[in-house]
Amino acid sequence: MIQPHDSVLVQTLGRLLIPLIQLFGLYVLFFGQYGPGGGFVGGVLLGTSVILAILIFGPRSSHSALATKIIRGDGLGLIIFAGVGGLCLIGGGEFLNYADLEIPGLKTASRRYVGILLTQIGVAIDVAVTAISIVISLSFNDNDEDSHV
Amino acid sequence: MIFPVEIFLLLLLVITAGAAILVKDLISAVLILGSYSFFLAIVWAWFGAVDVAFVESVVGAGLATVFFLLTLFVTAPKDTRIHPPSPPWTALIGLPLLGLLLLYAASDLPKFGDPASPASVHVSPVYLENSMEDTLTPNVVTSILMDYRAFDTLIETVVIFTAGIACALLLRRNRT
Repeated sequence: MIQPHDSVLVQTLGRLLIPLIQLFGLYVLFFGQYGPGGGFVGGVLLGTSVILAILIFGPRSSHSALATKIIRGDGLGLIIFAGVGGLCLIGGGEFLNYADLEIPGLKTASRRYVGILLTQIGVAIDVAVTAISIVISLSFNDNDEDSHV
Repeated sequence: MIFPVEIFLLLLLVITAGAAILVKDLISAVLILGSYSFFLAIVWAWFGAVDVAFVESVVGAGLATVFFLLTLFVTAPKDTRIHPPSPPWTALIGLPLLGLLLLYAASDLPKFGDPASPASVHVSPVYLENSMEDTLTPNVVTSILMDYRAFDTLIETVVIFTAGIACALLLRRNRT
């Protein structure tokens, strides 16, 4: 079990850094179609911010309450990704061919743009949840079976 | 044509890689491996592969280091020093020969950035020319990963998901 870090310096820096990392992760995720980055890196950054909260404040702190809730959403990103593919099938086309997404008022290129954005969000959620889930799994050991996370 | 910066980066890579193998303490080895990933990210950025550099610095230098350190804290005893056995003489002779063989093979590779190399005349011109009007996405890497090769990316996402599930199943057995 990870113990909370008792240094004021580390805790203050953590409080400063964690929102910045989350903001940067969101920027990278939604700017991935114009610059470097995208779903994978954005997801890792979003996950890293929560992991930093676990490492600094401990898994049982209120700062890490998001982490213990978020790991129940494992697989949500995959459902989003495959669901976009399924919507393309419903739209009458091939699996993951975003040109067949049924969005009224959009041309083919814009539909592909929306499809790329949605699947990137799916990848980001999947990667972030998996990273947090692995860290929480690793931070358990058999000596503290009475704790609840 | 080789610039001094590339030689400097190559030296940094070789030094950190060697140090990560030769150092006697596992935690030091993990930290040096993280710095190796960071220098590798600088190399990718220097050669213009910004997306790869981004992933390398975030995953290799950041997330993987955290995973390694947590694994060490969970598994290893308090003393993380290692005492590697001396390598057998077959490795001492065979591995340099293998390196020479690889260097000899590398001399046949196309030059860096050669427009007539097989990699840049096959499908990449199609992607580069059509991705903007096909997908309205200026970053070609994103449009290839998420649209042209979306099925590959879906399966990669399944792989990541499986890794998380496997870790939870193996390490959180006693949990509800």
